[in-house]
Amino acid sequence: MGTRALKTEEYFIETEPYYESVGDEIAIFEAAYKQKLPILLKGPTGCGKTRFMEYMAWRLKKSIITVSCHDDLTASDLVGRFLIKGGETTWVDGPLARAVRTGAICYLDEIVEARKDTMVVIHPLADDRRVLPIEKLGEIVQARDGFCLAISYNPGYQSVLKDLKQSTRQRFIALQFNYPNSELETGIIIKETGVTPELAAKLVKFAVMTRNLKGSGLEEGASTRLLVHAAKLIGEGVTPVLACHTAIAQALTDDHEMLAAINELSSSLF
Amino acid sequence: MPPGKPLTTGQIEAQLDDYLEVEFSFLKTVAPAAVLATLKRQEQDYIIDWVKRVASTNIQLAYQFINQAVTALDQLDRRTIEAWALYAMDIYDQRGLHPALAIIQNVERFVKESHERAFGSVLEEEIGILLHFAHGLSGRKLKIESAETAYTDSETVFLPPVTTLLANRNDNFLCYKAMVACLWAQSRFGTFRIPLNEILGQQQHPEKFLPLFHAFESVRLEAGIKRELPGLFRDMVHIKQQLAIAEDDSWLELTRALRSPGATVSDALSMTHQHIMQLVAPSPAVYHGILRPELIEICLRARLEKEKAALRSALIQMADDMQSDVTESDRQSLKFKAKRTEDPAEPDGYRMSITLDDQPLPLPPDIESLLTSIQQDLGDIPDDYLVPAGPGDYDPDYIKEQEADPDEVWQGTYHEDGAFLYKEWDYQRQHYRKNWCAVREKTVGPVYDDFVSKTLSRYSGLIKHLRKTFEAMRDEDKLLKRQVNGDGIDIDALIEALADARDGSEMSDRLFTHMHRAERNIAVIFMVDMSGSTKGWINDAERESLILLSETMESLGDRYAIYGFSGMARKRCEIFKIKSFDENYDNEVKARISGIQPQDYTRMGFAIRHLSHKLNEVAATTRILITISDGKPDDYDNYRGQYGIEDTRRALMEARRDSIHPYCITIDTEAKDYLTYMYGDAGYTVVDEVRKLPLKVSDIYRRLTT
Repeated sequence: MGTRALKTEEYFIETEPYYESVGDEIAIFEAAYKQKLPILLKGPTGCGKTRFMEYMAWRLKKSIITVSCHDDLTASDLVGRFLIKGGETTWVDGPLARAVRTGAICYLDEIVEARKDTMVVIHPLADDRRVLPIEKLGEIVQARDGFCLAISYNPGYQSVLKDLKQSTRQRFIALQFNYPNSELETGIIIKETGVTPELAAKLVKFAVMTRNLKGSGLEEGASTRLLVHAAKLIGEGVTPVLACHTAIAQALTDDHEMLAAINELSSSLF
Repeated sequence: MPPGKPLTTGQIEAQLDDYLEVEFSFLKTVAPAAVLATLKRQEQDYIIDWVKRVASTNIQLAYQFINQAVTALDQLDRRTIEAWALYAMDIYDQRGLHPALAIIQNVERFVKESHERAFGSVLEEEIGILLHFAHGLSGRKLKIESAETAYTDSETVFLPPVTTLLANRNDNFLCYKAMVACLWAQSRFGTFRIPLNEILGQQQHPEKFLPLFHAFESVRLEAGIKRELPGLFRDMVHIKQQLAIAEDDSWLELTRALRSPGATVSDALSMTHQHIMQLVAPSPAVYHGILRPELIEICLRARLEKEKAALRSALIQMADDMQSDVTESDRQSLKFKAKRTEDPAEPDGYRMSITLDDQPLPLPPDIESLLTSIQQDLGDIPDDYLVPAGPGDYDPDYIKEQEADPDEVWQGTYHEDGAFLYKEWDYQRQHYRKNWCAVREKTVGPVYDDFVSKTLSRYSGLIKHLRKTFEAMRDEDKLLKRQVNGDGIDIDALIEALADARDGSEMSDRLFTHMHRAERNIAVIFMVDMSGSTKGWINDAERESLILLSETMESLGDRYAIYGFSGMARKRCEIFKIKSFDENYDNEVKARISGIQPQDYTRMGFAIRHLSHKLNEVAATTRILITISDGKPDDYDNYRGQYGIEDTRRALMEARRDSIHPYCITIDTEAKDYLTYMYGDAGYTVVDEVRKLPLKVSDIYRRLTT
């Protein structure tokens, strides 16, 4: 299959992404979408926030523009900037502006990582005004009907610097995500990777063990995503202990003792 | 340099007399000197050097060491001899002269033990891994401690200090792991759900009853481990094979029922009753440990009461969180219920949750683990646990572990209990003294007087000036021009580039402006000398400096903490919290600064080690430890002169290794001699007049961080 290049606003998810609903998050998202309310997804890393957004985009038949925020992401990275073409300056819309103009879903992943000045453009979009001020053009763009702003945020980071301000969070409908319960998580692993139910159950048990260690040496326990990675490795013939070591333990920590302890846990289990 | 001629008896005797202080100790050095005189020069130097090191710890110990060392030299390599001497000195530090002498006199035993240690697994080295391992297993978070044999009181797992039964280190470690798992399994699979101690008291032959019950119960627990942790079970089988433990068929047949998933502790108990007369318990596997019903009962009883109170208090808090205006009578009428949710992963087959008016309550993690713990003990949440605490018996402290008041603990017998223990460098021994300083953290008692306001008004001009200079150092957004990428277009650059293009030259691609943020990411601890010698105007100057410093630090935005230190001998080292990183510079902190009082002596090593540790916990790119002091390290015991300086230097080296930048501000005008040695040429400032200290400190900090 050859690669395709698409403009971001033309990117539609065509096949249904696999997503297991854990609560009534789908209904709430749809209701919020109808009412043009912005949405905040909270939850630990790798528990399915991004997959949920893809699923909702597919379900609502909307294109989705995802921006992974990083600590150097500025407002102009979202809104747009002037570029030079043939001796003249031309304006190029950023991802957020494109989503606003075309009425797409804009998903800002890990919003707290972005610079504080991005909030200036997010706030007017996240209340009833639904406008994007483009300062450099002297324009205010009214969002098209289908536009939806969603942001995600991991409250697990205990850093004061990485907290979401009240003025921001109080504009959003908040959906709490967590790791699915063991049964569901086992099901997800089986569906995603095709491993046997016994193995999937053991992987989930292992994940619970690492989640027990949260707070006593680990910042986060193993996410569903890591379990899927490990299961895929095992599917390729890697031994479970080695797969847990490379796909999970090494991904969780660099601390020697902790690594050794996690390895002891996995070798006890398999 | 080639070794010289061997020393004569007389020469050796003179050296030994000096090291062993025979003038006071009246030791006879002629005989050992004569023995040493027969050795080669290299060997003589080697032993005499070690005699000198040991003598710095204890003279008797050194004297015995000479006598033993000559024989040891033939049998052992030097590494072992050194380890032996150091071990003896460690034992001396911990337990005194007699145990240490026993080590010196019995070199064979030391050799045997060190051999064991080489092949065995040592708890001290593995405890970190084992503890994480235990925490990863589900259920109550167990602690691990060292004891003669392996057992548990249901909250702490006790393990022997060394395991040497198996041939290699790896297997011995597995043995530890199996011990942890077996003792964990007792909690996990409900061994403690029967009143074992009471039952034992009713037996005619308790000495037969307990081992048999333990054997039956171990079968049940091992089966549980096999189901939950098959990998570990394989390791346990492996250990049994190594130790050639075979289980006879009749025993396997007899205990079959205990291996089924539904078996409970009552089954093991009834089997014990049934077979007590005709069966002798098979000897337990090494990793099963022993049962201590009396300890379990004490621990369990205390825990049940504590956890009941904790849960009832927590319910109140949860009710308050849900609705803000709950009255006392409302609280009492709230209907909390325990609900069982099926979960095949749990040994009981279900897990407990709490509902309020049939709505599931979201539980914070600490309450979640509280429920797990209660369920482990009782299998259920009894109804009287679900009555919110009434007025008067609500005490949030139930939920937290009680911390002992440092002042009280000093006076108690167990005064190292809960103290931080730090090593200390003994330059004569050329080695650390382990767990040497007992350090406690206290908070300076706040004094609300007019000291702060007086200082502020006296230095108001200076403060204004300092604030201005500090503000200039704050994070600044800098507009970088002529960038390849950026937020805006650099019009000047563009015009130039277009002109270049017309001209036929190559066009620059650096046409953008970029807003660059220069981040100051600094954490600093000010470590203030609170020794008795600061009494009077030095103390005043220190306090004034801290006020000025805090005022200006506030405008800078760097994270900072202030701690005082002082001590009286190694067993009473004190760190005084004035402002921690998390605290704001508020009235309380100001009052604490005002309340700084001169204390005892200046032991510095422990303070540097303790505060380095604190600095390391802060996420910052630059970490600075600034000491404000009035003189040399000095303490009541031998922490003076060279010893104190060497230990302080060592502690600073350790800090630098953790990429902490130490700096010292002192008012001791003769400090040059020793501070250069400790902090390096550029690592300190001498303020020659005490009254200038407040003016200087902020200024020095500014220079240091720009």
